[in-house]
Amino acid sequence: MLRTLVIGCLACLMVATRAWSAGTVQVPVLYIKQQVERPPVLSNLDDIPVDEGLAGARLAIKDSNTTGRFTGQQFSLRELAFEPAADPAAIIGQLQAAEEHFVILDLPAATLEAVLQADLGRERLLFNVGAPDNRFRTELCRKDLLHTLPSRAMLTDALSQYLVKKRWSKWLLIEGPLEGDRLFADALRRSAEKFGARIVGHKVWDGARDARRTAQAEVPRLTQGVEYDVLMVADEWGDFGEYLMYRTWEPRPIAGTQGLFATAWYRTIEQWGATQLQVRFGKAAGRPMGARDYAAWAALRSISEAAIRSGSAEPAMIGTYIQSPEFELAAYKGRKLSYRPWSGQLRQPIALSAARSLVTQSPQEGFLHRVSELDTLGFDQPEVQCKRN
Amino acid sequence: MLFRNGSIVVLWLASGVFSALHAATAYVSNEKDNTVTLIDTERMEVTGTIDVGQRPRGIILSHDMKTLYICASDDDTVQIYDIEQQKFVGELPSGADPEQFALHPDNRHLYISNEDDNLVTVVDVVKRDVVAQIDVGVEPEGMAVSPDGRWAVNTSETTNMVHWIDAKTHELVDNTLVDQRPRHVEFEPDSKTLWASSEIGGTVSIIDTDSKLVRHKINFSIKGIHPDRVQPVGIKLGADGRYAYVALGPANHVAVVDRKSYEVVKYILVGRRVWHMAFTPDDRYLMTTNGVSGDVTVIDLAELKPIKSIKVGRYPWGIAVRP
Repeated sequence: MLRTLVIGCLACLMVATRAWSAGTVQVPVLYIKQQVERPPVLSNLDDIPVDEGLAGARLAIKDSNTTGRFTGQQFSLRELAFEPAADPAAIIGQLQAAEEHFVILDLPAATLEAVLQADLGRERLLFNVGAPDNRFRTELCRKDLLHTLPSRAMLTDALSQYLVKKRWSKWLLIEGPLEGDRLFADALRRSAEKFGARIVGHKVWDGARDARRTAQAEVPRLTQGVEYDVLMVADEWGDFGEYLMYRTWEPRPIAGTQGLFATAWYRTIEQWGATQLQVRFGKAAGRPMGARDYAAWAALRSISEAAIRSGSAEPAMIGTYIQSPEFELAAYKGRKLSYRPWSGQLRQPIALSAARSLVTQSPQEGFLHRVSELDTLGFDQPEVQCKRN
Repeated sequence: MLFRNGSIVVLWLASGVFSALHAATAYVSNEKDNTVTLIDTERMEVTGTIDVGQRPRGIILSHDMKTLYICASDDDTVQIYDIEQQKFVGELPSGADPEQFALHPDNRHLYISNEDDNLVTVVDVVKRDVVAQIDVGVEPEGMAVSPDGRWAVNTSETTNMVHWIDAKTHELVDNTLVDQRPRHVEFEPDSKTLWASSEIGGTVSIIDTDSKLVRHKINFSIKGIHPDRVQPVGIKLGADGRYAYVALGPANHVAVVDRKSYEVVKYILVGRRVWHMAFTPDDRYLMTTNGVSGDVTVIDLAELKPIKSIKVGRYPWGIAVRP
């Protein structure tokens, strides 16, 4: 396969090295993004970029076309954007009418679920880059759905491995009132059980006060009377989590969604050539790259990598190659990435970072797995009930 | 434009002055210290440090051994260091973010990979002028020029190709697809075979120069080390034609490969995250730069054993030895 491709592209290079040759094959990709209404938060220093996710896909198109020049393949992106209030039926309608085989879905969980229940009209390959919900990997999995965004379970497993290795295994859990907070807290409970940590106390932040003014008085009381190693916070939108730091009754570190947090991508990642991706992204998007941008980048690069390796423009062939054991993606994480056959999840190392410094990368050494250590993060094959066929 | 003062911070040991003048010197670029460490390869001791530009990586000597070229990646320049005068004598217009480079046998044309711009820049080191810029794949990295002077090859880390550039016309004429993240290329002395390492793929491809096809692929396996951590980077070919040495990055080993059978005959334990290597005169020792442990391991090639580690600066990256 490799040889045929090399010979194949030899021919196209004879024609031109700079311009697209006459025989250029098109690989179109559709990106559907629904904006999400951000709840009012106390910690509002950072805006959520409107092009979150999209900017990663755009960069991957550029990267892929630099290579495509040599292989006679051109990758293109069509972007469809929807408001938070958009009716899922409108999104489904657009999807049904779309010509593209490859579709990147940057949707909130409820919309994604609606899309998955609809008849999409024809065979496609869908990439979820917006919903970290575990159930898309464990209950709602299907053959034509891949996830490049890590599940919540992968994030909390990554964090738990490190804390357990540090022997900081008694946790006080404070969770916010929102749906995402509840799901993150559930994922933490599951990880605690999986790796032998203990949740010794549990509090809910009811969100009634302005923590910027009252945290100094309230956080000590909230964290008093429990003996614990780490204060675990489940606050996905960044409402109150930042205000727990330095205010606990006992001097304790904060981890979870704030403090030490787990992420697929963050600006502190620089090893394994990551600096190059960070610089490239920064130039193109004018801001640092985030986890959703990385997920979209990885989805598009998976498509182009499979197209280049399989030497094919046939969508079905590309899709098969992505999910074959031959597929591997170098993605600045020091390991080759591939998809779990049982859930369609991209297996990948997860960074643990503080706001301005990378702390470590999981899987941690010593957490063993019979096939790939990367599968110690998230749901392993025996834990997944749904069938992808 | 950067032009740092070229003074040497010399740490001569009292007795070492005269013997050091006759011994070979290794120059090690320290990526996160903006320095080059000098090592006396007879005594295997650090003898001095040169302040250089920002994020020094690629480092090579001119074929007449008079000049040292240093890629100062974050200063977007290649610095020219005159060894006899012990000072910087100029800079080359390298293009943005130069990382690795290779000097044509004519001692005049320097091929530089520009990591951020998907380019290879060809510079005339006498005129200090850009001769050509060639579009290549994403994140160009490894560079080599065939000993017969015919080919310049470049690897692009994210495109995963070896790009073949005609050294006369400076045109890209062919590409060979290799495994994930190709880092380094090295020609056999007869120019007929090219070695190319793939860091994330975990392999070394043996490529036939005439057909540009991968003829053989070398895999590595070290007991007790996860295959994903075996990440080939630097390659060196011994002058006697017998062995190739492959630095395996975070596997912290150098593989010794038989150049006829392509079998790995031994794995030698070195420092952490081993990048690049250089031979001392007569191939007596092989010196490796170990990025994470911040040292250089000296391997005795007669015994194929590590005999010493030498502390250098932070994140040692490249190494060149002047006989």
